[in-house]
Amino acid sequence: MSHIEVRGLTKSFGGHLAADGISFAIGKGSLVGLLGPSGGGKTTVLRMLAGLERPDSGDITFEGVRVNDIPPQKRGIGLVFQNYALFRHMNVFDNIAFGLTVQKRSKTYIRERVGELLELTGLAGLAERLPSQLSGGQRQRVAFARALAPQPQLLLLDEPFAAIDAKVRKELRLWLRDMIDRVGITTLFVTHDQEEAVEVADEIMIVNRGRLEQKGSPEHIYGTPQTPFVAGFIGESSRVEAVSELHGFEHCHEGAKAIVRPEFIEIGSPRELRLPSASGQGIVKAVFFRGTHWQVEVEVGTNRLFGYRDLEQPALHPGDATHVLVHRAYLVSGGQVSVVENRYKTDPMPVHI
Amino acid sequence: MPTWRKSRSVLPGFGLSMGYTLVYLSLLVLIPLAALFIKASGLGWAAFWQTVTDARVVAAYKLSFGASLAAALVNGVFGFLVAWVLVRYTFPGKKLVDAIVDLPFALPTAVAGIALTTLYAQNGWIGKLLVPLGIKSAYSPLGIIIALTFIGIPFVVRTVQPVLQELDRETEEAAVSLGAYRTRTFVKVLLPQVLPALITGMAMAFARAIGEYGSVVFISGNMPFKTEIAPLLIMTKLEQFDYAGATAIAAVMLIVSFVLLLVTNVLQARTQRKLLAG
Amino acid sequence: MAGAVPAVSAARGQCAAVHAADHLTEHAAVRWLLIGIALLFLGLFLILPLVTVFVEAFRKGAALYFAALREKEALAAIRLTLTTAAFAVPANLIFGLAAAWAVSKFRFRGKQVLLTLIDLPFAVSPVISGLVFVLLFGARGWFGPWLSEHDVKIIFALPGIVLATVFVTFPFVARELIPLMQAQGVQEEEAAATLGASGWRIFWKVTLPNIKWGLLYGVILCNARAMGEFGAVSVVSGHVRGKTNTIPLHVQILYNEYKFTAAFAVASLLVLLAAVTLGVKSFIEWKHHQSAHTGAEESGDPI
Ligand SMILES: Nc1ncnc2c1ncn2[C@@H]1O[C@H](COP(=O)(O)OP(=O)(O)O)[C@@H](O)[C@H]1O
Ligand SMILES: [Mg+2]
Repeated sequence: MSHIEVRGLTKSFGGHLAADGISFAIGKGSLVGLLGPSGGGKTTVLRMLAGLERPDSGDITFEGVRVNDIPPQKRGIGLVFQNYALFRHMNVFDNIAFGLTVQKRSKTYIRERVGELLELTGLAGLAERLPSQLSGGQRQRVAFARALAPQPQLLLLDEPFAAIDAKVRKELRLWLRDMIDRVGITTLFVTHDQEEAVEVADEIMIVNRGRLEQKGSPEHIYGTPQTPFVAGFIGESSRVEAVSELHGFEHCHEGAKAIVRPEFIEIGSPRELRLPSASGQGIVKAVFFRGTHWQVEVEVGTNRLFGYRDLEQPALHPGDATHVLVHRAYLVSGGQVSVVENRYKTDPMPVHI
Repeated sequence: MPTWRKSRSVLPGFGLSMGYTLVYLSLLVLIPLAALFIKASGLGWAAFWQTVTDARVVAAYKLSFGASLAAALVNGVFGFLVAWVLVRYTFPGKKLVDAIVDLPFALPTAVAGIALTTLYAQNGWIGKLLVPLGIKSAYSPLGIIIALTFIGIPFVVRTVQPVLQELDRETEEAAVSLGAYRTRTFVKVLLPQVLPALITGMAMAFARAIGEYGSVVFISGNMPFKTEIAPLLIMTKLEQFDYAGATAIAAVMLIVSFVLLLVTNVLQARTQRKLLAG
Repeated sequence: MAGAVPAVSAARGQCAAVHAADHLTEHAAVRWLLIGIALLFLGLFLILPLVTVFVEAFRKGAALYFAALREKEALAAIRLTLTTAAFAVPANLIFGLAAAWAVSKFRFRGKQVLLTLIDLPFAVSPVISGLVFVLLFGARGWFGPWLSEHDVKIIFALPGIVLATVFVTFPFVARELIPLMQAQGVQEEEAAATLGASGWRIFWKVTLPNIKWGLLYGVILCNARAMGEFGAVSVVSGHVRGKTNTIPLHVQILYNEYKFTAAFAVASLLVLLAAVTLGVKSFIEWKHHQSAHTGAEESGDPI
């Protein structure tokens, strides 16, 4: 049995559907990332799990028990807010101890448990500080320790790194991953940053416009996107309006649309390409220096694509005629995505997923 | 005193505006106030001390401070409640209620005085109800507290209201998800954040009440030793051309008021800094 | 003294009030009980006195009400009050503008001290505000002998009333404008100055449009207090009927002579003044909201 199960969760705010029939299950001890664009409904889902928002319909079960009518106080959930929501008038110790005093734990237990968490989160020595005397990263750790103190069954994190400088963010990500592994708690964390989701989560759920688009491991979602949104949202991509104009894709029906990742494309002279026979002609439109590689924009027919080129290879210039080899494309039709391989490369039959 | 060294600015008019400000301020406020203290010091310490420790004067001070404190406490409780209700709940006529809170700022004190007196007199709408209970409201210290409460209402409401509004709902939600129910959340999480503003508002109401005259003279009855407040005693001394006595009483009140002004300013600066610090 | 109350984003507060979930608010019963107590308190302390004024004023019919307003002494009091405000309000308006310009557009040492000094009159009892001028200009005051020699009357005459009123209403406009102009900074004015605009032009074309609502608000409050001031004016007026009685003083005299109907009739004029003041205040706040200038422009609390 899954630890957390959600079925048909729906919530609207004044006619606007913030969550639209969301269903998923989370296994015990797993770390799941809820990924999606801003306003997609991630926070709403999190708040419904925590009991802070009442779903219009749908069920939430923890260990098979329906918790819809259990108040947030009794759900045993640790919640870390985007801006931490620390108690400003309490020092670090009292912040962390808050949930324990609510549980009427003994003084000695509280001291021990808080001490343990201070140690675990690397805040030892800061117990007397007020939140205003801490750095952003330290505040985030306090919020984390405060949520963990009462030993919740589920940890929910809402954009835990959004308010932190880019540099510290990377460190904190690894720290969080490590910490959650050590505590072994089922965790759901929200982010709009796919790099963050991929790096931290065992499993990713992609939410857009209140709908769960796809759920799976990062590799799986990357390799086999199931919806046009996911195909375009995850990784980098160019939109292709007329895929039948690309060499090797003439068999696609006219006007079919597709999404092509830069990794699927080779640009250069025929000698540089792995399979020159499968490539077509294109015109270089723009070239950008990206530090470790060139980003090259080419025009093929009416389509514009971009791909990468090694810095070692001879430079291309806008206006140059060049060859473009498209290995693979995500064909988009009717809300479905299918992978099509270049037919001069492999089997001419498209593979439907 | 401000010094005239301003940092370089491309804007004109510093000399003119600053000069005008200082001259006007000095002529109309500083010199007159200084005159009072000079006059008071001219009395000599013995005479001054004798005046301000006179039994009637001490009784008036006690009454003024006591009644002002009582009114500030009443306003602390009800002002907080009003601010809370205005920020947290919706109900019909809320906008109107919000607007009317400022009435004591806009209504001349004499009008408030005669209206409250009429209401609380023995045959007044409310006084009538209190007489059978053995409570004398008008012409008693209770009447003074009522008038001073009226005067102080907006101070607490208008100081607490914005702080309540700015409170982060998520801290409450954090408390809730950590298992706290409403009462604990209120006492442990909400109240401590509002307390500085509440105290500031009460201090302002208190400071205003100490000096209040117009709304009190009608309802107090003005009996020496019983219902005579300090500002009224100043007035009485003046009418008897006892300038020295009036000045001495006033000097003591002024010093108390200035200290209060300083305290409220510091309190308020702190509250604001807290609000700004994320 | 309350000018520095922090700014509010009212929209957010309203949103929170509407969407408060069960666990973040009280039981409906508790909620309505609290609303009830709050309204009862305000009704008892604010509404009932207002009602009393009109009930008493019309107790003996509309004819007597209007007669009380048309009485010679009542008319004289109204004239004196208007005259006083006509001196005091513009004087404090000009001061408020000058002080706000100096404080908000330039940096200098001692600014905090200056701000506290401007606040001083708020901390002074109205009676003392009158007293200081008696000490200066009264018959036995410092300048008393000199004044009587030159046949100049200040105390127990219009100048004294105006002086006391100016003192009492001194900080209103400045206190309203300073936070407003400080929040707005100097960039717009500096931009205008570098384009070659003269000082007056900058003020009229750049500064004034930005502060007009705050300015109006300050003037309205200043005026309400100027017309309604009782304690300070009471000390310096001398209560000469038909000569040195302002409206509030006239109310007091009528009341003390047990002419309650007339007293409340005249008092009702001041209630109307208060109502207009609060109305304009609400209108300005509404306007303010509309212009979508959030936060910074929201002026502090009105005293
Ligand atoms: N309390 C609320 N009232 C009205 N609309 C809301 C509320 N909370 C969220 N929404 C709306 O629901 C949608 C989803 O919001 P949210 O769950 O916060 O998205 P995310 O966290 O993915 O950015 C948004 O369009 C937002 O405006
Ligand atoms: Mg969100």
